[in-house]
Amino acid sequence: MTAAATRSTAHSIVEASPRTKAFAGGLVILYAVITILPLLWIVATAFKSQSDAIAYPPKVIFEPTLEGYVNLFTVRTRQTPDFIAKLPPPETWYDQLVRKRDMVIAGPSKVVPRFVNSLIIGFGSTFLAVFLGTLAAYAFSRFRIPLADDLLFFILSTRMMPPVAVAIPIYLMYRQLNLTDTRLGMILLYTAVNVSLAVWLLKGFIDEIPREYEEAALVDGYTRLQALRKVVLPQAVTGIAATAIFCLIFSWNEYAFAVLLTSGEAQTMPPFIPFIIGEGGQDWPAVAAATTLFVVPIVMFTVLLRKHLLRGITFGAVRK
Amino acid sequence: MAQIRIENLRKSFDQFTAVEGSTFTIDDGTFFAMLGPSGCGKTTTLRMIAGLELPTEGKILLDGEDVTFHRAAARDIAFVFQLFALYPHMNVGENIGFPLKCQGMARREIRERVQETARMLRIEHLLSSKTSKLSGGDRQRVALGRAMVRRPKAFLMDEPLGALDAEFRHLMCGELRDLHDRIKATTVYVTHDQLEAMSMADQIAVMNKGRVEQIGTPQEVYDRPASMFVADFIGSPPMNFLRFEGGLRSGDRAVSFHETRLAVPEIREDRARAPLALGVRPEHIRFADAGAVRGEVFGAEYLGTTQIVTVDTAYGRVAARLPSSASVRIGETIGLEFNAERLALFDVGSGLAIRTASEEGPRHG
Repeated sequence: MTAAATRSTAHSIVEASPRTKAFAGGLVILYAVITILPLLWIVATAFKSQSDAIAYPPKVIFEPTLEGYVNLFTVRTRQTPDFIAKLPPPETWYDQLVRKRDMVIAGPSKVVPRFVNSLIIGFGSTFLAVFLGTLAAYAFSRFRIPLADDLLFFILSTRMMPPVAVAIPIYLMYRQLNLTDTRLGMILLYTAVNVSLAVWLLKGFIDEIPREYEEAALVDGYTRLQALRKVVLPQAVTGIAATAIFCLIFSWNEYAFAVLLTSGEAQTMPPFIPFIIGEGGQDWPAVAAATTLFVVPIVMFTVLLRKHLLRGITFGAVRK
Repeated sequence: MAQIRIENLRKSFDQFTAVEGSTFTIDDGTFFAMLGPSGCGKTTTLRMIAGLELPTEGKILLDGEDVTFHRAAARDIAFVFQLFALYPHMNVGENIGFPLKCQGMARREIRERVQETARMLRIEHLLSSKTSKLSGGDRQRVALGRAMVRRPKAFLMDEPLGALDAEFRHLMCGELRDLHDRIKATTVYVTHDQLEAMSMADQIAVMNKGRVEQIGTPQEVYDRPASMFVADFIGSPPMNFLRFEGGLRSGDRAVSFHETRLAVPEIREDRARAPLALGVRPEHIRFADAGAVRGEVFGAEYLGTTQIVTVDTAYGRVAARLPSSASVRIGETIGLEFNAERLALFDVGSGLAIRTASEEGPRHG
């Protein structure tokens, strides 16, 4: 048999040829570059000076500075050079940095409390949505519930219009209940939006777990709740992780309700970031620094759960 | 070990009745098979005994104690599932020890009991393996181990061999029966496979449409079916039914079958004229030129020691089991002769067997 013939018979429809694999790899890399580039641009901008940030053509190579981060974390006032000269020498590197621009630090900015708000509201609502979603999904999956299909449709129907469509009634309702600009109010709101997604996603995952597992545990001596906790949940971990990430992404990024319902105490990062632009000209490096900071938790959360997430997204596509 | 008593047990889901008022007793130490086609209510009955479903009506007694509404865990019963239901996040030893862990037994004692159980099932070498690495037969042994380790009052098995391939199934049948003979535990075994039920069980309950049609030993169920359903469901090929119309008188030893008289076991009840069926097992048919029923050979199926010959008669197609040495030509017209002592009579309307000398006292469920 000739070499050419061997090669042609070796071609398999299951296994991709090296050339196909290289092509696919190239496509994936290209896609990754396209999606990651804006993110890298933001990260880089955070380390640029204000003039470098708006330079045209854009500067790829520049002298890095922490000015953007300093501006993000502080509130500054402009002073005359004479006034600054009379001050005692700067105590810290960031004092020095600010004084070079004829400014002094007046105090910390609100970025830290806003960031903490985002963390509490984002993770709080995610936890609640996944917790309630798991219980509801388990019940829908395992018990004979009267009108179960109608209830499930009703739950799904809450997602049939954009949540913002009900912004005004919710605003009025929240004002009556004194929930505007409170963390509790935002947690409840995001939980309400996410719980429908959580119920539907998790029901799919729990349906896939054979009920024999928990029935065996029930016969062997567990109560229903123990069986749920120790037998069902460990097997549903993939679905729970995937659901948690989707819920967190929504509540973390949510902008419209946050603008409408929070202004001070409970304000989250998304409505806060645009405010930075207004404080003392168009401070793009500070905005970029805020954005970088904003992206970090969600990246960390996703990376931590990525093993589960990968399996979670493709779940059901392949028979185990 | 325990006696299980079921009283008027009924279960309905919305409009559909899965189990309809069955009453029976499973004696201590019996290997009791519930046999029937899918959807006949056998699994639902088993799940009610286990406490995984609550009955709509009726009672379940374990050793005389009413456990109808007890939690599954409070019944001290072990359940073996068709899909084994081994926990994928535990190894073999942990799986077997799990019921003991649920009860809060000390770790050392759990280890001893797990060892002992594994020894009985000859799977000691697998104790630290992952369950996903096991063969079907070994998985089933682990599932059995998990049931045995607690030394429960009774074992409930829901088609435990259904997921195995034919070769393993045969092997496990033997092992299960052997295990039962050693530990003498009351076992309720659900299956749709008559061979499994016949080869293992002391008692068989044949179920159909939520009702128990007959309870008896494998011989009773095969030789003296209580209804046309049982006669048809058990046996391969099933019993032949030759329909005719006639009346019966107690004491008769023959019936008018169309134009001829056929000898039957002595009839023990009077019947007005009604559609009846003569039931005859394929192995009770002989070819004889003088045979009262005549037909044309339709086909022959060679099975090694025997052959199944199908014959088209005026009363329907009849399957006969003949020695494989008998020479049969397709298209040939032959006479059929029946072994009179083994014939059964059925009332077509109700489907129930008519009492005869051989049918004496079949138990209706």
